Amino acid sequence: MSEEFKIEIVNPEKSFLSKEDVTEVVVPAFEGEMGILKDHISIISFLKPGIIKIFSKSGEEHYYVEDGIVEFKNNNLSVLTSSIFDIKDFDKDKISELLTQAEEYSKNSEITDQNKYLVDQKIDVLKTLN
Amino acid sequence: MATLDDLKKRIASVKSTQKITKAMKMVAAAKLRKAQENAEKGRPYSEKMNNIILNLSSGISDKENAPKLLSGTGEEKIHLCIVLTSDRGLCGGFNSNIIKKAKAYFKKISEEGKILKIITVGSKGYDQLKRVYKDSIIEKISFKDSKTINYLDAEKVGKLIIENFEKKEFDVCTIFYNKFKNVITQIPQEQQIIPLKTSEVEENSSEDNYEFEPDEDEILSNLLPKNISTQIFKAMLENSASEQGSRMSAMDSATRNAGEMVDKLTIEYNRSRQAAITKELIEIISGAESL
Repeated sequence: MSEEFKIEIVNPEKSFLSKEDVTEVVVPAFEGEMGILKDHISIISFLKPGIIKIFSKSGEEHYYVEDGIVEFKNNNLSVLTSSIFDIKDFDKDKISELLTQAEEYSKNSEITDQNKYLVDQKIDVLKTLN
Repeated sequence: MATLDDLKKRIASVKSTQKITKAMKMVAAAKLRKAQENAEKGRPYSEKMNNIILNLSSGISDKENAPKLLSGTGEEKIHLCIVLTSDRGLCGGFNSNIIKKAKAYFKKISEEGKILKIITVGSKGYDQLKRVYKDSIIEKISFKDSKTINYLDAEKVGKLIIENFEKKEFDVCTIFYNKFKNVITQIPQEQQIIPLKTSEVEENSSEDNYEFEPDEDEILSNLLPKNISTQIFKAMLENSASEQGSRMSAMDSATRNAGEMVDKLTIEYNRSRQAAITKELIEIISGAESL
């Protein structure tokens, strides 16, 4: 039996990625990283800043996301996000730009705990990439 | 009767107008294709978003504690209307159609004795509404500077709406825009976004039991604000495709009208030219005869 399922990543502007031969996806869910294999139970969760790892026959792909929501149902994984970048397209300048932005934001004293948590996550991820 | 010279000048001016409308039509046609593509590309996101929310809201057990964005404030006193129009004119009935639709709604609201607040997106809508509803307009937004429709702009509008909602500035929010059906037909739409209409839930709700991480309420309260921006974005995309479509057909008929006018004027010009020649001939002949 095949172990493959479908993934579709969409952002508001267009359908970002669609693949049918995915064997495993690791998403940075809100409460920790979550691996999804075929026949996973239906789940809805949202994402924190992190890396989406997609494993398929054709290899491994990494994408950086800042927010979004995942839905898995009937072996269809949908990822809705407004900010996604292919790691391959990331260069040092871009990373440090995002990093300074995030750091500035986290210094803002008025942000809520949840936002603070998300920004800290973002900084961590960006630092490991850098 | 206009002199030959006058007619000549008019023909020339109509012809140059025709050239302009023709060029505008071409530009609109090119832009339309792009706008249409964008609108189609944007659909999966808003559809998926909608589906997830429908699934979530049908799964919520405790309706009373549901997020306010979904269930409403429990009152219907203050209505906020977002009127999305274009920044440019010369696009046929595009803007007037939205305004007409919106005005009908405004009238209904004021007849019911409710309070009306308006946010206009796009300068044309503001121009048309400011005469009558100046006091109700709380904000006017225009994205003249951004060349293409992007999500960030929509997010700005969305955030503004949510800020106002949290300040309890309004109870019900409705957006007005043109839905793009095809090049000649655009349908003005009114869509209520707060509280979210969940009339379709019954038909669409699946039997699936989802696992939620974290729980439903938290996901919903995170997702609903995003959904507002998404809906605005969708409306903006549809609007831009409609605008170009409407402009294209308006410019097409303008070009055709100009063509007809040129034909008519040319005939008139030729007639009067011939009449002048005939007159001169008669003068010469009768002069020769009298000798």
